[in-house]
Amino acid sequence: MQDEKELVTEQQEEIISRETSEGGQAESSDRRKFLTRLGWGSLAGFLAINSAAFLRFFYPRVLFEPPSQFKVGLPADYPPGQVNSQYQREFGTWIIRLQDGAFFAMETKCTHLGCTPSWMDAQKKFKCPCHGSGYYITGLNFEGPAPRPMDRFKISIAEDGQLLVDKTIKFPGVPGKESNELYPQSLLRV
Amino acid sequence: MKSLNDITGSVKKNLIWKSIFRRDYRNTVRDRAQAVFGNVFLHLHPVQVRESAVKLRFTWGMGGITFFAFIILVITGVVLMFYYHPSIDQAYTDIKDLEFQVPFGVILRNLHRWGAHFMVIVVMIHMFRVFMTGSYKAPRQFNWGIGVILLVMTFLLSFTGYLTPWDQLGFWAITVGTNMGAATPLLGYQGPFSEYLHITPYNDVRFALLGGAQVGGNALLRSYIWHCVAIPLFATILMFVHFWRVRKDGGISKPQK
Repeated sequence: MQDEKELVTEQQEEIISRETSEGGQAESSDRRKFLTRLGWGSLAGFLAINSAAFLRFFYPRVLFEPPSQFKVGLPADYPPGQVNSQYQREFGTWIIRLQDGAFFAMETKCTHLGCTPSWMDAQKKFKCPCHGSGYYITGLNFEGPAPRPMDRFKISIAEDGQLLVDKTIKFPGVPGKESNELYPQSLLRV
Repeated sequence: MKSLNDITGSVKKNLIWKSIFRRDYRNTVRDRAQAVFGNVFLHLHPVQVRESAVKLRFTWGMGGITFFAFIILVITGVVLMFYYHPSIDQAYTDIKDLEFQVPFGVILRNLHRWGAHFMVIVVMIHMFRVFMTGSYKAPRQFNWGIGVILLVMTFLLSFTGYLTPWDQLGFWAITVGTNMGAATPLLGYQGPFSEYLHITPYNDVRFALLGGAQVGGNALLRSYIWHCVAIPLFATILMFVHFWRVRKDGGISKPQK
């Protein structure tokens, strides 16, 4: 048994020494290793690029959604102390004129989980139907699970005298802060 | 007058019969095993199981019942697709059409709806049973992991199917659900550090899920495709692995002596 084992190891050593000394076998195995890595590597690269393309595919370039800047009519159309819900459905924006005549535009989105609150004119408050958050006309939260006041958009006067809302400029509500004082630039006085 | 045996005998000699059933079946242990080995659907299942492993008091049969619910949902779901347009103008009225006008539409829709609720409940009971009997332990850890992914797939199927009627319930469920995505750190525009990483409503995970910045036609179409094609496909592949591993990990776990 002992002899047989030694015989095998001697044979193996001979093969190994031949492979390394003659060079031919070793070189071809190096080449094979290289080509194997190249093959698998290019497949991995191909799949990686495809995965990236697949992810990018889910982000469309053109959106068929309403524009982020839109005109909402002349200031004289809005009586003071009222919330205008005319642009709620299409643009997700309320045009609000306070008692003192100042305008601001507010996003129709509850700061709790993003539902659309309703303006309750009799109670003079916004009430969210999902979980009962309540807001004053300025967007300041005072009841329910909402963590902060609702966000405002930039509102200005366009060249033709109409009110212009720009949803790309946002004044996010900060917990416990009245947005009228925090963002005087969100108010438009005509 | 030919006897029944003569007729079946001549049918079994027929070339078409022989091409479908490769060998004659005698009710022996060997042929019963062959029937399982030789069938592409049955061969995922073990040929023999321990008597103790099929005790209903131990297994509750919940995994099998979950699969049964899935099959019902696939069949009724495919049939419902013949009458449903995934567009915001038609989706809601198509559901009303199915409920009131399409022959057998109301039973199909309700089978799909209740079947979905049933599957979610049953899959959770299955997980509970596997947990309480310790069947997630070695050598079954990998299959427990597959099972957890399948549970998530079940929840995602349930969630994406919720929007398809395009009613108030589904609309706000998707609104709230994707807003949770928007609030996820590093993925959503409302999450922490989003300002520094330039994550906006137009490049975050919510945008990819909705196909836009608001819940609209793209969101309906996307959730429909995830619901009808992509997730069922992925879940089916995982189910094959799940059933196969039950067998490879030593069969259904049995009560300890």
